[in-house]
Amino acid sequence: MSEPLEFFIDPMRCIGCQACVSACRECGTHRGTSVIHLEVIDRMRTIQTTPMVCMHCVDPTCAEVCPADAIKQTPEGVVLSSLKPRCIGCENCVIACPFGVPKYDALPDQMMKCDQCYDRTSIGLRPWCATVCPSRALYFGPRSQVEAQRRGKPLNRFRFGNEVVETKVNIIVPEGVDEFVFDVAAHISEGMPHSVADLALAASAEDH
Amino acid sequence: MADLPAPENQIIERFGPHAAYVPVGGWGAASDPDRRVPSHCCFCGQQCGMILLVKDNVIVGLEPWEEFPFNHGMLCPKGVNRYLQSGHPDRLRAPLVRAPNGFQETTWDDALDRVARAVRQIQAEHGRDAFAMLSGASLITEKAYLAGKFARLALKTRNIDYNGRLCMVSAAAASKKAFGIDRSANPWSDILLAECILIAGSNTAECSPITTDYVWRARDSGAHVIVVDPRLTPIARTADVYLPVRPGRDAALLNGMLHVLIQEDLLDHTFIRERTTGFEQVKEAVSHYPPAVAAEIAGVHAEDLVRAARLWGEAKTSFALHARGIEHHIQGVENCAAVINLVLATGRIGRPGCGYGTITGQGNGQGGREHGQKCDQLPGMRDIEDPAAREYIARVWGVHPDEIPHQGLTAVEIFEAIDRSEIRGLLSISFNPLVSLPDAGFIRNCLRKLDFYCAIDFFLSETARHADVVLAGSTQEEEEGIVTSVEGRVIHIRQAVEPPGQARQDTRILCDLAERLGAGDKFRFRSTREILDELRVASRGGLADYYGITYEKIDRQMGVFWPCPELDHPGTPRLFEDGRFYTGDGRAHFIPVTWHPPAEDTDEEYPIVLTSGRVVAHYLSGNQTRRIGPLLDQTPNPYVEIHPQLAAQLGVADGEPVRITSRRGSIVLPASVVTTIRPDTVFIPYHWGGRQSVNILTIRALDPVSKIPEYKICAVKLEKAAAGAVPAAEIASLSPRHHV
Repeated sequence: MSEPLEFFIDPMRCIGCQACVSACRECGTHRGTSVIHLEVIDRMRTIQTTPMVCMHCVDPTCAEVCPADAIKQTPEGVVLSSLKPRCIGCENCVIACPFGVPKYDALPDQMMKCDQCYDRTSIGLRPWCATVCPSRALYFGPRSQVEAQRRGKPLNRFRFGNEVVETKVNIIVPEGVDEFVFDVAAHISEGMPHSVADLALAASAEDH
Repeated sequence: MADLPAPENQIIERFGPHAAYVPVGGWGAASDPDRRVPSHCCFCGQQCGMILLVKDNVIVGLEPWEEFPFNHGMLCPKGVNRYLQSGHPDRLRAPLVRAPNGFQETTWDDALDRVARAVRQIQAEHGRDAFAMLSGASLITEKAYLAGKFARLALKTRNIDYNGRLCMVSAAAASKKAFGIDRSANPWSDILLAECILIAGSNTAECSPITTDYVWRARDSGAHVIVVDPRLTPIARTADVYLPVRPGRDAALLNGMLHVLIQEDLLDHTFIRERTTGFEQVKEAVSHYPPAVAAEIAGVHAEDLVRAARLWGEAKTSFALHARGIEHHIQGVENCAAVINLVLATGRIGRPGCGYGTITGQGNGQGGREHGQKCDQLPGMRDIEDPAAREYIARVWGVHPDEIPHQGLTAVEIFEAIDRSEIRGLLSISFNPLVSLPDAGFIRNCLRKLDFYCAIDFFLSETARHADVVLAGSTQEEEEGIVTSVEGRVIHIRQAVEPPGQARQDTRILCDLAERLGAGDKFRFRSTREILDELRVASRGGLADYYGITYEKIDRQMGVFWPCPELDHPGTPRLFEDGRFYTGDGRAHFIPVTWHPPAEDTDEEYPIVLTSGRVVAHYLSGNQTRRIGPLLDQTPNPYVEIHPQLAAQLGVADGEPVRITSRRGSIVLPASVVTTIRPDTVFIPYHWGGRQSVNILTIRALDPVSKIPEYKICAVKLEKAAAGAVPAAEIASLSPRHHV
């Protein structure tokens, strides 16, 4: 059996050309609407940009918080856009997603997001954005190829506070990083209190 | 009289630009196409493969063509959106003639008769060379070949030139001098094998996006990347050495690098001795550029320059790439020669992973400059003043050699001759000089002086608005043909659709005109295949030998690299593999270069350097891409990039209007305040016309050899402008998006 194809985001390779933004509009499941994100980091200080597709969480927060059970996951682990008949447009998913991916679109009145071109990937084709991306900042292919040919390494574990999120999509990060941690407390020197409650306790102890 | 026939806003309302967002037939049309046509993007010299989806004679979508070996399905936003020019509401569908209140449609017979009559009248009164032709490097090679033949045999004028004069000619002249041939020396796959990559004056990520992947794949394998550019572009962001050269100082910087190579003996002496000439003269020339001096002139750190030279010198394989950034100068040819000197000094050419190339910009930037639409050239990259070449081509064309006119004027010189009233009539095809030539105010005045102007185009360009007759021509996808990509790979453009309405294929228009001008017997082509067959013979034995290239062979091989002299010849992906060059003595020629200042250096009154270039969403003068909604939305208007230090001096914040003034004119644009540009330099993208055109400011100074204009540097002053002073975009008020 051949090696499965996986999705990789390599932000350092993004050239900001927006080919992905236009290609997303060609996706057969939502042709005419682009749902990919292309972030301009800080144009005044850098030319760096970064693309953001849905990370396709193993346990998707968006689906967990959906009160209408409108967000479904395919057997392959692809998290789909909201089901039109079920979506109530509450934007819970928009708020809950740790990666800021889902968008509420007023015209169809539903949440739209990247479904990894499910019509293509489910029949062995590559997603639009990762096919056209001219600098392979978005890449869909075998992991072995990425590991053999790229600097950095793919990562798919992210820690937000105490919550660990594992994703189907990988982000390529510099060597030596095993997990993305989005909590300042985890980065400060040892022995410091970690939670707000700890800080409050420590502060009140000093007062007395 | 080539003034506007109606107020410009009325012309714009009727002919656009309108912004198209949705394919004809709606978003669903592509799900059930009539045909899937493998072809190529029309929007730059990379010529990415893509599959066009056709329904009811309109291209309604695309599919990536992952099997095509250059781009493997990769595309930039221009490629993804190119199908939106098919069935576009602005498309010219019938010939037009100037009328009291604008343009009115007419019959082909009437339109062609008018053109023929004007040609005859002007030439009878003022001589044959008083009628000039301007053609384009986006045209398929069959059209380019036909344009050259049409000018020489039907118009019988020496004055034909093409808009590649604004792009590739500096690199072409340097390559001809140094290597005896004008083509990138290697397939791009050699970039992947290079240990060091030098990129000089190329905003690779925006202007040739696919090349970025080649460079970065090499980098991932350990290659070092050196980028020379006054702007910190995406390719420069991760370079090992970034040299932010002050515009107009490239030759000094490159000479400084060679100085280091000589001082530290990082040379290939065997190669220099056995394969080249002229090294001693170059050694003498660069002796005046020790790193400290070179760095001082170039405005970079000397230690960075030395580091770059060592990375280049110590590598075992390397690839040098350059583009308009070093070529758009009055020293453009010499700048290219200075890069070539680095290649030759280290002997890294003609082997795997050892390469050199200019990154051509236009759709057929390479093929469009090989087969006779340049004023100094006959098919096969032959010199028009070479008696043997004239005799050979005369035989192919069935004329006496004396019937072939001699060398004519280059593009800008043609306008200067119009200004002097020496040229009185003009025919253009796919060339928009009012937007693309420097010193736009001068060009506009020239258009007014013409007795007669005919434009062949498929959208009414800014220049075509001034025409007496507009002939509704064809787009790339409406005729079968070949183009030659940045690598020297000849590829096959399949016809995907027929021209809409009464619009006609460009080749038919030229042949019909030739008939009316009495040269019909030389233009009895029933298809572009017949034109290619004649071109193959005409190119045979020339430098750019296409004799062995056919549509079928291209399809079989996924492209054929020229030279390809026989039908059973596989083509030549890598040049100079046998150690021989195409020069008379078979050796590569070093060319000594001495840096000199630009035509218009900064001074107290005009203290800032202006440079110009592309953005990724637009192509050339924007006549096509400013009509494609998603591309227009991506970059709707030009702006001026200013470093925060300069912005602080001017008291300008990001987004505020700035007046930029040169000795030729003045425009107001919003400031884009960015740290990614030298503080002594400002940048404006060039894809817009009217009051948004950077070419109102640029200087009409030419390289003495290539006659390329010095777009990349002139002197300007900046001041904060009043709120609301930024001109509105020249776009029709009712764009189709309002209808969907």
